[in-house]
Amino acid sequence: MTWLENNSDWVVELTIQHLFLALAAIVASVVLAVAVGRVAYVRPRVRQPILAAASVVYAIPALPLLIVIPLVLGVPLRSPTTLVVALTLYGTALLVGTVVDAFSTVDAGVRDSAVAMGYGRQALFWRVELPLSVPVLLSGIRVVTVSTVGLVTIGALVGISSLGTLLTDGFQRGITSEILIGVLMTMALALALDGALVALGRLLTRWQPRRRRRARTPLGSTEVIV
Amino acid sequence: MTTFLDALTWIADPANWGGAQGISARLLQHLAVTLVAVLAASALAIPLGILIGHTRRGRGVVVALAGAVRAIPTLGLLTLLALLLGVGVEAPLLALVALAVPSVLAGAYAGIESAEPAAVDAARAMGMSELQIVRNVELPLGAGVLVGGLRAATLQVVATATLAAYTSDTGLGRYLFIGLKARDYPQMLAGAILVAVLALLLDRLLATAQDRASRLAHSTEGTP
Repeated sequence: MTWLENNSDWVVELTIQHLFLALAAIVASVVLAVAVGRVAYVRPRVRQPILAAASVVYAIPALPLLIVIPLVLGVPLRSPTTLVVALTLYGTALLVGTVVDAFSTVDAGVRDSAVAMGYGRQALFWRVELPLSVPVLLSGIRVVTVSTVGLVTIGALVGISSLGTLLTDGFQRGITSEILIGVLMTMALALALDGALVALGRLLTRWQPRRRRRARTPLGSTEVIV
Repeated sequence: MTTFLDALTWIADPANWGGAQGISARLLQHLAVTLVAVLAASALAIPLGILIGHTRRGRGVVVALAGAVRAIPTLGLLTLLALLLGVGVEAPLLALVALAVPSVLAGAYAGIESAEPAAVDAARAMGMSELQIVRNVELPLGAGVLVGGLRAATLQVVATATLAAYTSDTGLGRYLFIGLKARDYPQMLAGAILVAVLALLLDRLLATAQDRASRLAHSTEGTP
């Protein structure tokens, strides 16, 4: 582990870059998926086309997606924007189905009561539907988070620097410990963000009875495409 | 747009299809690696998944383990194994199997578990052995979910097999890396298009298989 001692500054720098790339893609995925999923939920007519499109995008492997994006957007291949856009598309595709499921779990009675109490469409969404869909939503966001943190490493193949750089650099120079550090740091980052999401979920779902608030693992229902 | 046309021209050029480095050879290689990896993972994970789903034991351990595997960056596993095992096809193959196992396992146990408990109890009351229950009740009822797991695993493997070309001379991903190194964008894009089309076709194929398998559950519902 002398390699780590000699390169700790670089590892910290790459970890921070990795974190920012992942966070940008995760936040953008969540916002986009909630918006698109909301439309799919409210309008059953477009639900099937939206879900079908999501499954097509999700089926495209990440590296080819990364290579096609510069052509469409006109940004350089090595730009961080390319990676964030690719991972956002991916994350959104993965999450849209869960968002529809999440809104479907909101009890119709609760919704009707809110309407009867005079909630408008906006208030209904922000103060009733969104908070109540948090548990299911969060299980999907956790899957996207773990997957996105891992996928950021692929950017290193086209020269976008992140912890993935340790994987490509370590491979080219034949340094096993460098790759190991890259793998372990990426996993640690994924687990840390996952833990943060669980904590956030607890804060946001105070209304749930404690014993029913069992954390869902990233290997939940979203993983098997049904 | 011209780059895109160049890429399509590159794919359409018959000169790029023949030979050991040609598109047909690499396409077959990509498919073969994917098939072998998914089959090997299935041989390992389906029996284990059935056992877990049927006995409802060990689920927690497997879920935690699979979650940890999921967090491993695929590129890290590929490069690490390539350094340890060399640049042959063995290292990527091993990585692909390891990455496919969690999805297949999740599909298998979730499928078996999804069988209506009342149906399982009824089968037991009718005198079916545990093996018969798995074969005649739980597997048909859970087939759709099980195939869904295979579909997720296949997608993951096709994508990762592309990255495998970084460490070993395998599959369609090679065009991506050759193009990247030579700054030959059309060739790189051609590789990307070929991989994407292959992934989409496999996904559609397995989606159809999943639909068929799901219908098994409904056809059993009707029988007395």
